[in-house]
Amino acid sequence: MYLTSAEQAILDGQQGETLQKVMRSVVAYGEAFDAECLVPIEGSPHLVTSFGANTIQPYFDMLQELIDAGLKTRQPFTVDPRPMQYDVLDPGLLNRVVFNLIFGKQKEYEAQLKQLGLKDDNAFTCTCYLPEVGNRPAKGTYLAWSESSAVVYANSVLGALTNRNSAGIDLMCDILGKAPLFGLMTPEGRKATWRIELKTSGLPNAQLLGSAIGLKVMEDVPYITGLDAFLGAGLNPHSEAYLKDMGAASASNGAVGLYHVENVTPEAVEQGQDLLAPGFQTYVITDAELERVLQAYPVLWKDVQARPARVFIGCPHLTLEQLAGWQQRIDQALADAGQRRASVPTYLCAAPDVAEAYRQANPEAFDRMKQQDVHISNICPLMYMNNPLCASAPIATSSNKLRTYSTARFFLEEDILQLVATGSPRGGRHA
Amino acid sequence: MPKQFKGRPILSGSVEGEAAVSRGGFNTLASFQKSVVLRSKTATCSDQNNPDLYNRQLNGKILCLPQTIGSTTGGLVIQTIARRGIAPKAMLFSGHIDSLAAAGVILADIWVGQRIIVVDQLGEEFLHSVENGQPVRVLADGTVEVG
Repeated sequence: MYLTSAEQAILDGQQGETLQKVMRSVVAYGEAFDAECLVPIEGSPHLVTSFGANTIQPYFDMLQELIDAGLKTRQPFTVDPRPMQYDVLDPGLLNRVVFNLIFGKQKEYEAQLKQLGLKDDNAFTCTCYLPEVGNRPAKGTYLAWSESSAVVYANSVLGALTNRNSAGIDLMCDILGKAPLFGLMTPEGRKATWRIELKTSGLPNAQLLGSAIGLKVMEDVPYITGLDAFLGAGLNPHSEAYLKDMGAASASNGAVGLYHVENVTPEAVEQGQDLLAPGFQTYVITDAELERVLQAYPVLWKDVQARPARVFIGCPHLTLEQLAGWQQRIDQALADAGQRRASVPTYLCAAPDVAEAYRQANPEAFDRMKQQDVHISNICPLMYMNNPLCASAPIATSSNKLRTYSTARFFLEEDILQLVATGSPRGGRHA
Repeated sequence: MPKQFKGRPILSGSVEGEAAVSRGGFNTLASFQKSVVLRSKTATCSDQNNPDLYNRQLNGKILCLPQTIGSTTGGLVIQTIARRGIAPKAMLFSGHIDSLAAAGVILADIWVGQRIIVVDQLGEEFLHSVENGQPVRVLADGTVEVG
């Protein structure tokens, strides 16, 4: 890999042993992918590791070595959501004990993050790119992001350029302010090797569509046709929220780091079907195909007829528009069922800055939700499910990512609303 | 007569051991999550979605796989199991190594001082030939002998 004289000097140890190790890591990473050179990271970083788990001591030791050498990221960074928020979601005494055993180093870890360049105390969210949070890179910006749902959003919807980086190497790149140029950061790597033809009767559930695409194409790049008929051309807050959820499902059910949507996402608007690589494969998605995918999900609850203990909505975190939409639909579902309170404690997960913006814009609705046992939380529901006691309870979700990585059971949005209002999905059927 | 394959050494070295084979993508977090959380002295594969390796021992084995999949915390998991001495001795990829595995083995090598020998691009035939429990020999130039 070509290095400038300044980069070579760091690799030779002229700026200290620790920075030399950082450069060795990034160069070895690039060489594994035949990267031509390092390119400057112009956007703010986003890191995946937000949890102070007792079991990842080697990671904390590495961070301390960086801190002791006086190193930090070139620009302030955001990071994934915290695992707990006891003032909103109190899991009970026993679960608190278990959480403290699992995430006992949370306080020390957050202190490390501050020393390494954390943006602020509100910087904990997987949707750092939302306007209220503000870590929204411009089109064409090189990044070294890690969180898979943020990577696929940055690449696809914002047109930024980042690979799917792992925890640790993201930080190394951000300390150097440089990333090796390969894969999804290159024009060749952004070509689509799959054409997805959407032939459904209406706008599909975003989480289900993303799942079907991810399960089929795995880590490849899909070019999606037919979705613009339902979403409209170009981007707006509604389509951006839809693509956020679809992308997160494709990244977790498969390993998609970039997708193109004809007439919608920026590169597809500019280049159209020229984005398709020679020899691309085709996958047709119909209503029947989506039903097949839905029915294939395993149910990991011990009792498939159980009444849910909690409902989680918002993995990845909800947008401001989604928060308002869920609140209105829950209001309506409760009214239709003749209920004043939710039948199941319900958590709408959103970034701290998004939750605060919602509270300021809708103070009455915010207070009413509390009375309904519906709460806005900034936690990562995936981290919540890492507690084996919490994971053994029947948790319902509208998130396909949460379904993939935990025992939470996936329900379509209409069923989730019925669950919230009555404790049972539509028609009382669980299976 | 052992079958011989030639790949690209990413972290080179010589090692011999017993094969643990994943025909499909190897989910690093799901496979090692239980061992990491429970601080086990061995690494039993805890990924229920991996029919080839679920409940099999992975520590000290020669892990043969197409690529890793799953959470982007995968590299951090590799770093952790390397420090705890329960990592595979080697990871042998039939195709190109993926970005999550590459980051994990490189950080384990440089920051933890624990090398997991890695060879990639061994070809589809390699993954079709090797079976769980078979003896595997890895040479520093990327040559792999099976059987």
